[in-house]
Amino acid sequence: MNLAMLLDMAVDAFGERTALKCAGRELQYRELRTAALAAAAQLRGLSHLALLDTNSLATAVALFGAAYAGVPYVPLNYRLSATELAELLGRIAPAWLIAPRAQRQALALPECIRCSDSEALLAGAAAAAAPAELPAAEDAIAIQLFTSGTTGKPKAALLTHANLMSYILGTVEFAGAGSEEAALLAVPPYHIAGISALLSSTYAGRRLVMLPAFEPAEWVRLALAEHITHAFLVPTMLVRIMDQLAKQGAVRFPALRAIAYGGGRMPRSVIERALEVFAGVDFTNAYGLTETSATVCLLTPEEHRAALAGSDSAARQRLSSVGRPLPGIELEVRDAAGQRLGARQPGLIFVRGAQVGGSYRDSGSLLDAQGWFATQDRGWMDAAGYVFLDGRADDVIVRGGENISPGEIEETLLQHAAVADAVVVAVASEEWGEAVAAAVVLKPGAAATPETLRDFVRARLRSSRVPERIVLRSELPYNEMGKVLRRVVRSELERR
Amino acid sequence: MKLLKPGVRLKSAVCATEIMVIRAPGGEGLLCCGGAEMLALSETAPAQARIDPALAQGSLIGKRYVDAEDRVELLCTKAGEGSLTLDGTALEVKQAKALPSSD
Repeated sequence: MNLAMLLDMAVDAFGERTALKCAGRELQYRELRTAALAAAAQLRGLSHLALLDTNSLATAVALFGAAYAGVPYVPLNYRLSATELAELLGRIAPAWLIAPRAQRQALALPECIRCSDSEALLAGAAAAAAPAELPAAEDAIAIQLFTSGTTGKPKAALLTHANLMSYILGTVEFAGAGSEEAALLAVPPYHIAGISALLSSTYAGRRLVMLPAFEPAEWVRLALAEHITHAFLVPTMLVRIMDQLAKQGAVRFPALRAIAYGGGRMPRSVIERALEVFAGVDFTNAYGLTETSATVCLLTPEEHRAALAGSDSAARQRLSSVGRPLPGIELEVRDAAGQRLGARQPGLIFVRGAQVGGSYRDSGSLLDAQGWFATQDRGWMDAAGYVFLDGRADDVIVRGGENISPGEIEETLLQHAAVADAVVVAVASEEWGEAVAAAVVLKPGAAATPETLRDFVRARLRSSRVPERIVLRSELPYNEMGKVLRRVVRSELERR
Repeated sequence: MKLLKPGVRLKSAVCATEIMVIRAPGGEGLLCCGGAEMLALSETAPAQARIDPALAQGSLIGKRYVDAEDRVELLCTKAGEGSLTLDGTALEVKQAKALPSSD
């Protein structure tokens, strides 16, 4: 299998449609294919195509060009340090690196790395397309992506053409988008949702409008100007857009039909507010990981509406669920010994399916003998099969043999009127092995002391949940996708 | 007979149809389009191959085709005039439940 087949089919069926728009420029599917074939021709003799840049038309050319050439596409995080990037690039040589000049000059580039800026990928769009037989080696790697690394060092996850094709063919209807449909891409090229958005929109025939880098006012402007019908957002982006809308006053989005969200925990208060601010828009919760070729569970728009209208608390609780597994995905909750657990019993989440990669560059495949992948997410399922998440397995605090999930302590701290943000982590303890510690950000002008916050938690949760140490901070460390960096908080608290 | 396994791509000998195998648990079967056995992409169609007018209802790009037991599944990657058959029985277009866009 080869991902470029998706583009070949798009060109065959609707080649003259606009595929992409970015910064005032656009490409039809036919032009995108021509440029990708020209890029592929330049990849002869090289082993990887790396991209170190913000979103542009060239992002799609790089993705499909690498596929036509049969080499892995490696989108890199432009926020990594020069040292980290040089090390990564050294491991994928000989490679072609697409990066702006300023970015390249800051790097000590290893030998065997050819460099160009993104215009080099677009220059081929006007040339004649050479027909190509698609490379289709079994288990060929399509994408190498780095995981977000909120709990540990980022790992290079590998996804095959077969993994990503399985996801697209199983979830997207070919040519299913009307000619008026347009999706707005706000996540960066090195995020799995950025990859899956390019592939899905190509197969559906939905115009993809790209935001070079996320900025809430620009998102609002583009959504209106481009008559955006579909958008994907991580929860932090949704919060920032709603704050922007509150500043701008009444803004209506007459074309907007659907917003999908994922890539991090969605607080209940945020989704409830979003359903009001974007009344009439379909919301879909998409739970997935880099290693699973994006989405494995969906909470559909109908399920959002049913939860919101629900009279009992069990129905309303579904708004905090990530929904049910996709048709091609099996999902199980297991205990630490590997035994499958029943409804409402919390444990570790395992998934299986053709879209699940589960391989890493350094450690190889981490699938078990039956093909199951340990997501390292904790959670549980209700009797109807709805999945609820409860943080990462690595984040669990083991205090004197008792497993404590930071999530409920964080939720409790956030209920305090003075608290703007909170994160709970484990710190080493002579007495307990691990102890509960928290870093808290207060609202501007609000006052609370570690002692009053501890009393607040003690009044609501079991005594083992009360943080032994609380430090007040002016802000918490987040990565650019809005995930809190627990490992940073933990090492700071342990040093003190 | 061609080996049918996921990822294998075949073309019609008598029209423009091309397919990719999605599922084929047994790995075997006589896959035809327009009445003639389908070929590997690199093969050349026999000069005398003609479409069977009784098997010319056409194939549709992007549609999935399944056998009656829903065991074998193909994706049509290029449309053509011929009808797809497996071991002499017509394959049907699979009606998939639409999922909301998640990306």
